[in-house]
Amino acid sequence: MATVDIRRVKKAFGETEVIHGVDIDIGDGEFVVLVGPSGCGKSTLLRMIAGLEQITEGEIAIGGRVVNTLPPKERDIAMVFQNYALYPHMTVRENMAFSLKLRGADRTEIDRRVTEAAEILGLVPYLDRYPRQLSGGQRQRVAMGRAIVRNPQVFLFDEPLSNLDAKLRVQMRTEIKALHQRLTTTSIYVTHDQVEAMTMADRIVVMHDGVVEQIGTPLELYDSPANLFVAGFIGSPAMNFISGRLRRMNGAVWVEAPDGTRLPAGPNAPGADGQEVIYGFRPEHMTLANGADGIAARVSVVEPTGADTYVYAEIAGTQACAIFSERHAFAPGETIRLQPDLAVVHLFDASTGRVLD
Amino acid sequence: MSVSVSTVRTPARTSRFERINDNRAFLSWLFMLPAALLLLVFLTYPLGLGVWLGMTDTKIGRAGEFVGFENYISLFRDGVFWLSVFNTMLYTVVASVVKFALGLWLALLLNKHIPFKAFIRAIVLLPFIVPTVLSAIAFWWIYDSQFGIISWTLQRMGLIDRYIDFLGEPNLARASVIIANIWRGIPFVAISLLAGLQTIPQSLYEAATIDGGSPWQQFRHITLPLLSPIIAVVMTFSVLFTFTDFQLIYVLTRGGPLNATHLMATLSFQRAIPGGQLAEGAAIANAMIPFLLAAILFSYFGLQRRRWQQGGRD
Repeated sequence: MATVDIRRVKKAFGETEVIHGVDIDIGDGEFVVLVGPSGCGKSTLLRMIAGLEQITEGEIAIGGRVVNTLPPKERDIAMVFQNYALYPHMTVRENMAFSLKLRGADRTEIDRRVTEAAEILGLVPYLDRYPRQLSGGQRQRVAMGRAIVRNPQVFLFDEPLSNLDAKLRVQMRTEIKALHQRLTTTSIYVTHDQVEAMTMADRIVVMHDGVVEQIGTPLELYDSPANLFVAGFIGSPAMNFISGRLRRMNGAVWVEAPDGTRLPAGPNAPGADGQEVIYGFRPEHMTLANGADGIAARVSVVEPTGADTYVYAEIAGTQACAIFSERHAFAPGETIRLQPDLAVVHLFDASTGRVLD
Repeated sequence: MSVSVSTVRTPARTSRFERINDNRAFLSWLFMLPAALLLLVFLTYPLGLGVWLGMTDTKIGRAGEFVGFENYISLFRDGVFWLSVFNTMLYTVVASVVKFALGLWLALLLNKHIPFKAFIRAIVLLPFIVPTVLSAIAFWWIYDSQFGIISWTLQRMGLIDRYIDFLGEPNLARASVIIANIWRGIPFVAISLLAGLQTIPQSLYEAATIDGGSPWQQFRHITLPLLSPIIAVVMTFSVLFTFTDFQLIYVLTRGGPLNATHLMATLSFQRAIPGGQLAEGAAIANAMIPFLLAAILFSYFGLQRRRWQQGGRD
């Protein structure tokens, strides 16, 4: 186990800079998820930690030792690839033993560690099969087994679940998390799926266009997003955004949409009167208002999921979503009135996209 | 998914054509017929004729009679025949091994990111595109005892004082024709192996790098085993081409000097056509069959899908 320190790291491919100075400190034993849309640089960053890509500028240290110029095998890391990258001509046992064999470990030691890892992952019955003879989930486990046997300082996961079907993905998500709780090895996990990030991470690093947008625990990011990008990226369905102008009058604070709709904010809401802002609220933070209170919303689609009811409606000319735990049967075209929970309304500066404080 | 639809079949009269058209067995025979005919006329018949000729005493201009294994018995006592067998084996083994080694090396180089990759790949194919006879004539000039460029260069460098007669001395001639064959055969091996190399996912090498594999270990444990099915195909073809080679020898040496470069194919031709002994030529050609069968059997076992290639989905 080790810490991983990423300091002012930049990466350029030729003239094009794709990572513009990233700083992340990862604690010993922590499970950190790098999340962001495709092309945000998260995989490149992971590959730089692994040593598969050169670091253009800055430093990466594993366990306090700067590894910029070290080849991958001397970094004491193990990596799980998106397509598993299992050696097709080797059995499960040989796949898992390969790194130990290259290192010249003795046979009994290799056997012991492979068996140990296979037991943890439930792979014992498959040890003599070839990758082709395994299902997707089993291959995924072999890929993790290959990482485990090496007992590395850091596990790197590069979108390891994206080739699995939805059900298996949820199952493997839990397995990986349980595995981390058992092994407590520092883990860096790359994904574009914010649900994976939320459910697995101790801390999430949200990346976008080669910069870190925000670092924090899942709930920190959810409750206090630093900017529009994080607010829109974390949470599903996504946060609703409506642009307007901030108004303060007689202690009341609201955002006035261009069509005159008043979107109420808490009395302690930051921002100056007349400022252009973006009003953000999560679908689950809406309740039905009584009578003429609240914001008018014209229902377009109602989706009952059983547990919740998703209502898509137009507020001030913008499509928004609201989730109710009660069941509602609104008709499309019907106007309902919604009351946001003022304590969790987010206001962002319309020009910078940063949260107002 | 099968959905059983129970419709009442209207008892319409189906025409003879429609019934035949629905008959899978008949159709499969029908579609195979053209190919079968071609094989029969252009492969089976000549092969059968060759085997038959080998058991007669046919000469050019004179129909022969069946003589059983007489031709083979006389060949068995024929020193030139055995020399040609030796030459053919030497030619095939040395040329194939070198073609494999150099071809694989070239394929590995071309698989790397190098500048002007497409251009270099096109250049590599050149020996394969030039007609064999033309390249043989070029080699003839290169090896020539009076005008050869190698001798000229070596003499200018002061390394030799007399021109080398590459095609005039038995062992030099053997080496010379083998080199010409290698030059001509490398592109096939290199380009085919390159195609094979490109099917190996890059992520396997990355995984192996992280697992601590040196470049040599990656080659030994990843590249070579994953390439082996392609190697089996390519080398079988390469061995067959080399074993049956005729054009290069015929242009360069015609089997000389002192039959040192006579291959079974050239000897067969020489005895049958210029020599007029059709039957004997056919017998020599037939004697190649066991060797070729051995090569094909080798490929049959080499080509069998490895256990790791079988079963399961991708």
